[in-house]
Amino acid sequence: MKSYDIVIIGGGPAGLAAAVSARKEGVGSILILERDKELGGILNQCIHNGFGLHTFKEELTGPEYAGRFIDQVTELGIEYKLHTMVMDIREDKLVTAMNREEGMFQIKAGAVILAMGCRERSRGALNIPGYRPAGIYSAGTAQRLVNMEGFMPGREVVILGSGDIGLIMARRMTLEGAKVKVVAELMPYSGGLKRNIVQCLDDYGIPLKLSHTVVNIKGKERLEGITLAQVDAKGKPIPGTEEEYTCDTLLLSVGLIPENELSDGMGIDMNPVTSGPKVNERMETNIEGVFACGNVLHVHDLVDFVSEEAAVAGRNAARYVKGENGQGSGHKIVLNPVQGVRYTVPCTIDPEKMDDTQIVRFRVGNVYKKCTIGVYFDEERVMSRKRQVVAPGEMEEIKLERTKLLQYPNLKTITIKIEEA
Amino acid sequence: MEKRELICIGCPMGCPLTVELDGGQVVSVVGHTCKRGEVYARKEVTNPTRIVTSTVKVEGGSADMVSVKTKEDIPKDKIFDCVKALKGVTVKAPVHIGDVIMSDVAGTGVDIVATKHVQSNTLQQADGALNL
Repeated sequence: MKSYDIVIIGGGPAGLAAAVSARKEGVGSILILERDKELGGILNQCIHNGFGLHTFKEELTGPEYAGRFIDQVTELGIEYKLHTMVMDIREDKLVTAMNREEGMFQIKAGAVILAMGCRERSRGALNIPGYRPAGIYSAGTAQRLVNMEGFMPGREVVILGSGDIGLIMARRMTLEGAKVKVVAELMPYSGGLKRNIVQCLDDYGIPLKLSHTVVNIKGKERLEGITLAQVDAKGKPIPGTEEEYTCDTLLLSVGLIPENELSDGMGIDMNPVTSGPKVNERMETNIEGVFACGNVLHVHDLVDFVSEEAAVAGRNAARYVKGENGQGSGHKIVLNPVQGVRYTVPCTIDPEKMDDTQIVRFRVGNVYKKCTIGVYFDEERVMSRKRQVVAPGEMEEIKLERTKLLQYPNLKTITIKIEEA
Repeated sequence: MEKRELICIGCPMGCPLTVELDGGQVVSVVGHTCKRGEVYARKEVTNPTRIVTSTVKVEGGSADMVSVKTKEDIPKDKIFDCVKALKGVTVKAPVHIGDVIMSDVAGTGVDIVATKHVQSNTLQQADGALNL
């Protein structure tokens, strides 16, 4: 049986950045397992620009951003296998995978980095009534068809959900000659980035209808049209507000779900809010030597932060296999998201083992204007940051300094909350 | 006097901006909360530009399509001309990031460049991932 110091599950942005960082930390034996025909993951179909402003200080397209990391992986001689599906990972880090050339095979890993990414929520999860004709796609599937395979899914399009992929596809389909009639969003605010709403919808005169949803789907063989209705504060359709739209295509951009079947299978503690593993300051799960990063951990809106987080996971996986992990003090501080803050990554911090600066990322549950992000060490308010606005579609972060945490030897809980004026 | 309504893209706040123009000159900007809003508004009403991204077909490559972009931003009103100019364009593999696919697209003076490597079919075997 082959064995590697570090096996990375997934060759998308998280897996690539983790591999590069682990190699730079001095680990020679690294293997990336990727199920697609090439490295790069979802970036390969994200041909629009806007990637890398934080990492490379320039605006790249998705494939260019991936290319920068793929080049590094190649230059550093990091091994990878394509067309390879990981079937199972045991708690003792025995990885079972398969591909066409080798059939089923097993690899013993010193450390595992989970970087499987996420998948799209599908129609089945929404309970939209009506027929099940052809012409209903998740926005990401349509993106792959248009950008990588060169097929147009349809000509008259309605988009449900205003997540970033839906907004990006509204523009892409328009440029390719389709008529995008409307983007409907169930919530009273968009889940997408502001610049995408302006540059993908407003630029092309595509209406965005907030607090609206699809209540009927028409057409037996091929989609013929949909019914849109306004919803009340509880998300229930309001009778009498129905509007008919003829269309041959419905794109769904209604959320992403971390793909954690492998994590579940190996008994990793999951955070029910993110549907991703609970991790500590090193991006390590409850199983020692198993790390997680990228969209499998929590869904990001900017790939730059995926790369940053994955580099932390890669560096710590390297330290783990080199036995440089340190003993730590066993002092575990729990992060406590309350009052508008939905979750944090990481979930716990050991001040002995943390880096000099720890970035804590989180999302809020609603749109809050002119608010303060308050940080409490147990009962003491130690930090506050005024924000003009925070929104669920844009990830927030705070930075914790190690020196400061070490001044609180009995600290049990760090609470993060939104305080409104 | 002409009035233009915009939404700032500087941050999630999305300030509603109102710009007053007189003969193409910005007279006033109101509605912004910070400096970024004013800068955005002035650029957007006088010289709005965008990077345009698309795809073109590839012959004999490891992929059927290669992604492309305008090397620099082009005037917003040239977006559709740019996309039209790319219709029916086919390139031969191999293609590398930065290769010029079309020069001076739609009279903008800006080149279209590839944003992805596509290997030639014949090279694919030798250059692929390792087999253990």
